[in-house]
Amino acid sequence: MKILVGVKRVVDYAVKIRVKPDRSGVVTEGVQHSMNPFDEIALEEAVKLKEKKLATEVVAFSLGGPKSQEVLRTALAKGADKAIHVQVSDEEASKLESFHVAKTLKKIVESEKFDAVFLGKQAIDDDSSQTAPILAGLLDWPQALYASKVEEGGDGHMKVKIPFVLSADLRLNEPRYATLPNIMKAKKKPLKAIPIKDLGVDIKPQTETIEVTEPPVRQAGGFVEDVAGLVAKLKEKGFVKA
Amino acid sequence: MIADGRHTHNPSCCVFLPPIYFLPVVTLIDPVFDCTKNAYFQKMLSRNLSKCTRMFSTTNKAMSTGIDFNLTADQTEFRANVRKFVADEVIPVAAEYDRTMEYPWPIIKKAHAQGYLIADIPEAYGGLGVDMVSNCIISEEMAYGCSGIATAIMANDLALTPLILCANDDIKKRFLGRMVENPFVASYAVTEPGAGSDVAGIKTKCEKKGDEYILNGSKMWITNAGHANWFFVLARSDPNPKTPAGKAFTAFVVEGDSPGLTRGRKEINMGQRCSDTRGVTFEDVRVPAANVVGAPGEGFKVAMKTFDKTRPTVAALATGVTYRCLDVATQYSLERKAFGTQIANHQGVSFLLAEMAINAELARLMTYKSGAEVDAGRPGSYYASIAKLFASDAVNQAATNAVQVFGGAGFNTEYPAEKLMRDAKIFQIYEGTSQIQRMVIARQLLARVAQNGGY
Repeated sequence: MKILVGVKRVVDYAVKIRVKPDRSGVVTEGVQHSMNPFDEIALEEAVKLKEKKLATEVVAFSLGGPKSQEVLRTALAKGADKAIHVQVSDEEASKLESFHVAKTLKKIVESEKFDAVFLGKQAIDDDSSQTAPILAGLLDWPQALYASKVEEGGDGHMKVKIPFVLSADLRLNEPRYATLPNIMKAKKKPLKAIPIKDLGVDIKPQTETIEVTEPPVRQAGGFVEDVAGLVAKLKEKGFVKA
Repeated sequence: MIADGRHTHNPSCCVFLPPIYFLPVVTLIDPVFDCTKNAYFQKMLSRNLSKCTRMFSTTNKAMSTGIDFNLTADQTEFRANVRKFVADEVIPVAAEYDRTMEYPWPIIKKAHAQGYLIADIPEAYGGLGVDMVSNCIISEEMAYGCSGIATAIMANDLALTPLILCANDDIKKRFLGRMVENPFVASYAVTEPGAGSDVAGIKTKCEKKGDEYILNGSKMWITNAGHANWFFVLARSDPNPKTPAGKAFTAFVVEGDSPGLTRGRKEINMGQRCSDTRGVTFEDVRVPAANVVGAPGEGFKVAMKTFDKTRPTVAALATGVTYRCLDVATQYSLERKAFGTQIANHQGVSFLLAEMAINAELARLMTYKSGAEVDAGRPGSYYASIAKLFASDAVNQAATNAVQVFGGAGFNTEYPAEKLMRDAKIFQIYEGTSQIQRMVIARQLLARVAQNGGY
């Protein structure tokens, strides 16, 4: 079984997100980026299957700007055999949608004959959770979304036939660290770069971002003396019928 | 500037140029000789000019092949890698190890599995053979999490370094190979109860008998001594007090389980408390002659050469702690309120933070430079000493001020500042005190001036 794993370069989960002053998006310049944590889990699962000899090859895939190669290198250090970088400009990357990613993945799956695609259930930047189901639809493959356990022939809640698309949930596994020796070895693993135009995938945006704003600041709460006081407050605010 | 070549010898340019480019021109110039008409000079001048242009260029990045403050892709990845490890595995347990003073074996084992303990061992012996700047990055990140744990790891590197630099192939295979295979630690045992900075004053002696040396004496303040698989030991091989240091000492690798080798009790130190420090005594310890590191009688040089390579990493440890001080103090100053506003808004506090930031940035710059000097293959002790001295002083000032920013909370063990202050002091002492560093710097400076007639 050949597994393709999608890994997206996103703003690191520990970074406090700031909205750009012109409200066109969030600040990404000079901000720590890393591999989308859910993709890390999907990759870990694929590598584990390879270690159990259930998979023959694990290939990491990323669609994005030049720096996407950083997360592909990390994927190689964590056990992927090869990497494919489908290149777009940073400008184009900021406007990519799940549909574009799914179409690109489909092209790669078809040209390189993969048997399964593992993805994170969502990316922590746009949280759209769409790539896996759209891809399954485009390929007309079964899908196992939000997987929290993967077993061969197990009597789990859902069985899928190969080929299939899987999206990884947080509970699936605990991803390993890349070790320094593996980071060094990863440099010798092949990383193929394909410009998006060579795949003939149209990445024209289908949505338009009008404005990005900070979530409203939570108002400070107040204390009530007792249950009666709480009920009175709830009635006063109209949350409970009088 | 091109029409009259001599104008390119603007002193501010020459300061930056390697001597090879400007010395011949400066010394050969004849006031009446028009150098612009001479092909040789034109070539030299255009080289000078392009050098100057590069040095002062701020717009054409492609032309800049000189100073480059960017890390390589590998170095960036190492840093991200260690940073994540430290955030997940070191920072959450650091306070507890400080309290219990237990040796951080679980962390050491994980760090070994990550390759952090073998980064310095050459690839030929199973290690990674990473460059010095990468080494500095690893040390800095580790110390950011806990300098006690970082010292346990670093002291191991201190023991490996003389072997990497001076030992023969057989010793490297036997002693470095096992460090790759197993999560072992080793110790560098040179200091004695009566000899710290004064290395030449050590009394531990060795006598050659047949194919063996018999070691007798005692060592003190030896890091990792309670857990070391083997020891790098320096002993006096020539009892004649008139023999110069360069010929009087021999260096060995001594197996940790050698009969006659006794490890003392764990010493309780002010800071870096989970790092293991002990005395070690040698009573008729028999060491095979095959375990001599470098040439017999030349152990002093082996022990000293080591510091050229390890001082940049000690500077890196101090730099890491300085950044930790800056981070915890800055965060706290944005949370804590006094006089109706966050204390960061009070100039008295913000200036302390600015001072910390200045010193942290400068310490890092000098540390990386000292590492880069070693990577370039130049003798590094001058820059290594400057880096080690500056970063050690920087971290002590930063830690004291971090406590100050925290106020009463800074004096309390529930908050992170007091540990940083206790951990910081040793940087001005181990691997050459700040006074010794000044001696090294001054001696090298004066030697240069005496030799070249200028700095």
